[in-house]
Amino acid sequence: MTVNEKTDNNFGGASVPASRLVSSLAPPIDASLCVPLLALFGGAALWLVAGSVLALIAAIKFHAPGFLADCPVLTYGRVQPAADDALLYGFCIPAGLGVVLWLFVRLGQLPLRGAMVPVVAANLWHFGVFIGLAAILAGDSTGHAWLEFPRAGSVVMFFAYLLLALWATMNFAGRRERALYPSHWFLVAALFWFPWIYSTANLFLVAWPVRGVVQAIIGWWFANNLVFIWLALVGIGTAFYFLPKYAGRPLQSYYLALYAFWMLILFGTWCGIPQGSPVPAWLPTLSAFAAVMVLVPVLAIAVVMWQTVRGGEKCAGLGGPYCFIRFGLVAFLLSSLMLIAMACPKISLITQFTWFGPAQIQLQLYGFFAMTMFGAIYHLLPGVVGFAWPFPKLARLQFWLSMIGIVLFVVPLAIGGVVQGMKLHDGMVFLGANQAALLWFRISTTGLLLVVLGNLLFALNIFALTAVWKLALAKNIIACVKPALETIPAPASLRGEEEVKA
Amino acid sequence: MKNGFYVFLAAFVALGGSWLGFVYGPVHQLGGAGETAVLNSADTYPLQRPGDATLGLQVYRANGCAACHTEQVRQTGTACNVVLMDGGKNPVAVTNLISSLILTNLTKEDADKVSDKITAAGGKSETHIIATGPDITRGWGMRQGVAEDYLYDQPVQLGGLRAGPDLSNIGVRDPDANWQLTHLYAPSVVVKGSTMPPFRYLFELRQTGPAPSPDALQFPKEFTLPAGYEVVPTPEARQLAAYLLSLRANAPLYSAPISP
Repeated sequence: MTVNEKTDNNFGGASVPASRLVSSLAPPIDASLCVPLLALFGGAALWLVAGSVLALIAAIKFHAPGFLADCPVLTYGRVQPAADDALLYGFCIPAGLGVVLWLFVRLGQLPLRGAMVPVVAANLWHFGVFIGLAAILAGDSTGHAWLEFPRAGSVVMFFAYLLLALWATMNFAGRRERALYPSHWFLVAALFWFPWIYSTANLFLVAWPVRGVVQAIIGWWFANNLVFIWLALVGIGTAFYFLPKYAGRPLQSYYLALYAFWMLILFGTWCGIPQGSPVPAWLPTLSAFAAVMVLVPVLAIAVVMWQTVRGGEKCAGLGGPYCFIRFGLVAFLLSSLMLIAMACPKISLITQFTWFGPAQIQLQLYGFFAMTMFGAIYHLLPGVVGFAWPFPKLARLQFWLSMIGIVLFVVPLAIGGVVQGMKLHDGMVFLGANQAALLWFRISTTGLLLVVLGNLLFALNIFALTAVWKLALAKNIIACVKPALETIPAPASLRGEEEVKA
Repeated sequence: MKNGFYVFLAAFVALGGSWLGFVYGPVHQLGGAGETAVLNSADTYPLQRPGDATLGLQVYRANGCAACHTEQVRQTGTACNVVLMDGGKNPVAVTNLISSLILTNLTKEDADKVSDKITAAGGKSETHIIATGPDITRGWGMRQGVAEDYLYDQPVQLGGLRAGPDLSNIGVRDPDANWQLTHLYAPSVVVKGSTMPPFRYLFELRQTGPAPSPDALQFPKEFTLPAGYEVVPTPEARQLAAYLLSLRANAPLYSAPISP
């Protein structure tokens, strides 16, 4: 029996799982995901806004160094990592996991069972992120890039991830549609990737720290496998589902996608050790070789995308989910090319230690991953919740704000980085080179402002949709409880008289 | 791939490979590293930082200094300088000879030729190795940063962005603790055009007592405090300054040879 058939009858009152109450509008398979996805995406939207506001505060400090400087909690060195982590751990990973759950359920045609567990896990995850961010702002960061959350936060997040991944894997293992779709490869690999790298990094850097510069090496390995590989696996896996769907033709082609998957995980995982680092020379050399090899899967993904989209149906309306996902893929190609360029020794002499690096990271995190997730969430959540977006026009507006914002944010930052790098390479005194880059940095802050506005619109839609759903849920509960109350026989003391009469 | 197990296997092989290479490999190679010998010296390197400086590293970490400052010097090449040590029996001839020669920034081959000529003229010379590169020219260090420089640091704060200058050798460049502290308190007063945020919360602005505190900061003339007030560093500020002064990654080592 499907969930739908159960809804109207056989109620015992308030103990009915919430997801079943409003599912009359949503298809039964999607409806099983309603509460977990609202928990994952709701928290993610909150962190997305919080992260971009923190990033804005950090950016303003370059225009006015004294801005909020007397508050230790808001000093640049705490706000900046907190902003980055809020975007990566607060938004990207839970949003990605939610989309993975939906794709597994959808592709495998099996409703999610025991939805309570992912709901608890989602809340645990967001709680862990809260602990981590609060700790960074309080000065309790571990000091390792992308791994700033101290143990109290990361342990909670690790187990929350395990629970979510376990539920996704169980759904995957029990799928009714047995054939694997290319998205499956990317997403299954991603589910497995994170626990390994996160536990390794936390054990070797935080719990039992290794000695000296090995910390930096493991830190780079972890950061690359999370920021480049994990995000690429989930983002590309998602795009490979949605692109063919919107273009109206199958993925072109299965084997090229398989090749891209293999090459990406085989070589991409070795990137990330910067040239000229104070480490044994074989490490950056191997990393540079791997980065050049990553050109192969990146080009393969570009070809798959181009062949699939070309000649397909035209994008219906500007600013819809399709536009988000296509923009995300283009951003992925660009950020990967920037990553590969930075690994080349000659180019890295200019770009290393400049704003070019942060520009690449932001393009990867926001331009590629967050945009792909926005598209996927705008597409899937109405079907799951059973209600249309409350503000569809604002969703379209968000596309323009986020797109223009991230372009205006990243391009000047990258140019500023190259300018700064060239001047420093010519032996210029530090302050002069810094001033030259600051001009570009100022333009990029305008872009960041647009990104903040875009994020606010996204959060507004998510929270409004949740509110609509909760309202309907409350109405449904009242509607269900009322007749149930009426069927309850009156208490014995009142009934006594009737029995006597009978 | 038609089976979930094969996907898992593919991911396991790929990630396992890089784990062996970039986690197990470096731990195996460097995890047990100890102090090394300083070239042409009986000293070992690095020494454990003083206690204050070790605590200062935690202040550095807590305030995220590595968000803007790197602690790694890049070297792009090496060059040789030939230095005359002794004029020998005919100093005038040797002096005339070297005035016609280029003695600095030579390749190893050229340096050998020059020292052969000096030897032939009866003088004695030494060839000194120097590191080259923009970072070195700017005075940020004397040589490439190497693994040995970070042996005792926990956490290692390499940094990845130079929104501020590199700090590998800040203890050599600005060894004055008062300069470090005033710079932390009011960066733009000490360095014109600095974009560094002030860290006034690491200091205490208080009324001068009957006798001024011996720890009170000595500011440059153009910076005036309200009359009757003095700025005293907190223990955190002093530890941070001690850490900055302990950053001296300039010992000549086998892995980064330079002549002292």
